[in-house]
Amino acid sequence: MTRSKRAGFAALGLALIAVPAIAQVDFSGEWAPRFYEDQMERVPGPELGDYLGMPINPAARMRADTWSASMMTLPEWQCRPHSADYIWRGPSNLRISKEVDPVTREVTAFHAEWLRSVDRAIYLDGRPHPPAEAPYTWAGFTTAKWDGDVLTTTVTHLKEGYMRRNGVARSEKATLAEHWIRHGNWLTVMTVVTDPVYLTEPFVRTTDYELDLHQQIPPYPCEVVREIERGKGTVPTILPGKNPFLNEFADRYGVPFEATRGGAETMYPEYRKKMKGVIGKRPPQVGGGA
Amino acid sequence: MKKFLMFTTVAVAGAIGWATLSFAQTPTPQLKVFPVRRNVYVLSGAGGNITLSVGPDGILMVDTGLANMSDKVIAAVNDLAETVATKGLSGENVAPPHPIRFIINTHVHPDHIGGNAKLALSGKTFTGGNVSRNLNEGAQIYAHENVLNAMAAMKPPAPFEAQPTDTYHTEYMNLSHFFNGEGVQIFFMPAAHTDGDSMVFFRGSDVLATGDIFTPGRYPIVDLAHGGSINGLIEALNRILEIAVPEFRLEGGTYIVPGHGRVTDSADVAYYRDMTTIIRDRIQDAIKRGLTLDQIKAAKLTMDYDGIYGATSGIWTTDQFIEAVYKSLTQKN
Repeated sequence: MTRSKRAGFAALGLALIAVPAIAQVDFSGEWAPRFYEDQMERVPGPELGDYLGMPINPAARMRADTWSASMMTLPEWQCRPHSADYIWRGPSNLRISKEVDPVTREVTAFHAEWLRSVDRAIYLDGRPHPPAEAPYTWAGFTTAKWDGDVLTTTVTHLKEGYMRRNGVARSEKATLAEHWIRHGNWLTVMTVVTDPVYLTEPFVRTTDYELDLHQQIPPYPCEVVREIERGKGTVPTILPGKNPFLNEFADRYGVPFEATRGGAETMYPEYRKKMKGVIGKRPPQVGGGA
Repeated sequence: MKKFLMFTTVAVAGAIGWATLSFAQTPTPQLKVFPVRRNVYVLSGAGGNITLSVGPDGILMVDTGLANMSDKVIAAVNDLAETVATKGLSGENVAPPHPIRFIINTHVHPDHIGGNAKLALSGKTFTGGNVSRNLNEGAQIYAHENVLNAMAAMKPPAPFEAQPTDTYHTEYMNLSHFFNGEGVQIFFMPAAHTDGDSMVFFRGSDVLATGDIFTPGRYPIVDLAHGGSINGLIEALNRILEIAVPEFRLEGGTYIVPGHGRVTDSADVAYYRDMTTIIRDRIQDAIKRGLTLDQIKAAKLTMDYDGIYGATSGIWTTDQFIEAVYKSLTQKN
């Protein structure tokens, strides 16, 4: 082999070493949330009765209408974290770490954690999802594959959660798909929830984070305490047709009441034309008319 | 033959056996074994879930499935015991596993007691000292005494060899000694799914088998004919939440094996308790407002939960559930 050929091979070798595997992006790092979308819903919290832009069905609407915020004072729910599909929306910093196979040096998993979360593993090693008999968790079970530079996940085995923090439930029959996209110091995650129980169409949201090298995620221990004295076995709820707060959102913001009830139609721009000139007329609540 | 059984399936078929009641369910086509924790496994597909403790002391079963599934269940349990005994290794110099020694029935329905006779006869009670059982009679069967009473009252009565050999009538009963390295407690849950419900707690493994008090994925069956009640069932669900301790962020920790369906934890029970209580309260309110049963059904008071728990056909429909709750809340005593 000539000297020039040796040099060529050496250069090629260096190039191969320096270039990461094709279509793999490093998501690991410290990320801070940016609230350019839905700030009022995500930080102060959503208004009661605001289901705008959600493709929910009548069952979801009834579940939310009868939800009482006092539910969160029950010992069983005081330390409940957001589920994998919602936690992106929380006002919490995010840490993503990566797991590397010591032999192949391939990234086999990412782990995401937020202020008050469980460890969320995203497996890239080709393992199958668990059988139907396996336990369900807040994080669910996530596998992922590369789609160019986009990491696309599939999440199953999700415990029941919520799509909005005002009682709009997401069932455990739901599945979640995500698309993780990194542009330099920006991370955008698109979540697609498919729920045969409460949705008529997939529910799509995007959330942004910015790289923040100085952030720390503090510990968040949670202890269950007796917050309210109530009779044994009491579960806070509002009887169907008896929720007095459902019109507050419409009245406060001048939104037609019909629009606040949500449904797939309310997700699309064409809906605004339909709402032109409509004065909020409150439809009867299910279950209250008999 | 050593056959690793985890997640494998066994094709089954056949007719329902001697103890067919209105609650007997269509046999599902596959048996599956799922490891829960330490010595505890769950066998599904034979009717109700069968929880198994398998180890050096032998086998303890919580429920026995449908009668017509017994042969398949015996084969599956023996395969599992052999796998556990040999830890998956092959070879001739491994002691054979001990047999089925204890069966505990959570309640009287045939999808939970149907295999009693065959499963018990395939097992063994080790006697001597002050244990007076005949060696040829197989494993011991424990249950609350109301289970024995109900089996004796069947027409025709359940075969003698299927009936409990030992009953209890108090709030709880403990196995006399550790079994496979842990204490096993049996808790009586009065007037819940039936009048003879037991939950079985494996203290070391931290696994609770609930029987049909808890059936995720379908509305709870309140068997009024066998002494069940909606309020007793809700009390039993709350009792599960008192026993169970989550590991972190309200999930994991105590694993709960329901009468049917997947392995769960306390958060899953809490969701189920919430749903059952909320629907009970709605129907109670409707009764107070003077609504008839038909009017309550027409009011669609369960609509928000039907997609998760409801059914329009099969052994337990949404209408049957509403009717049972209504009757439970309106019946005297």
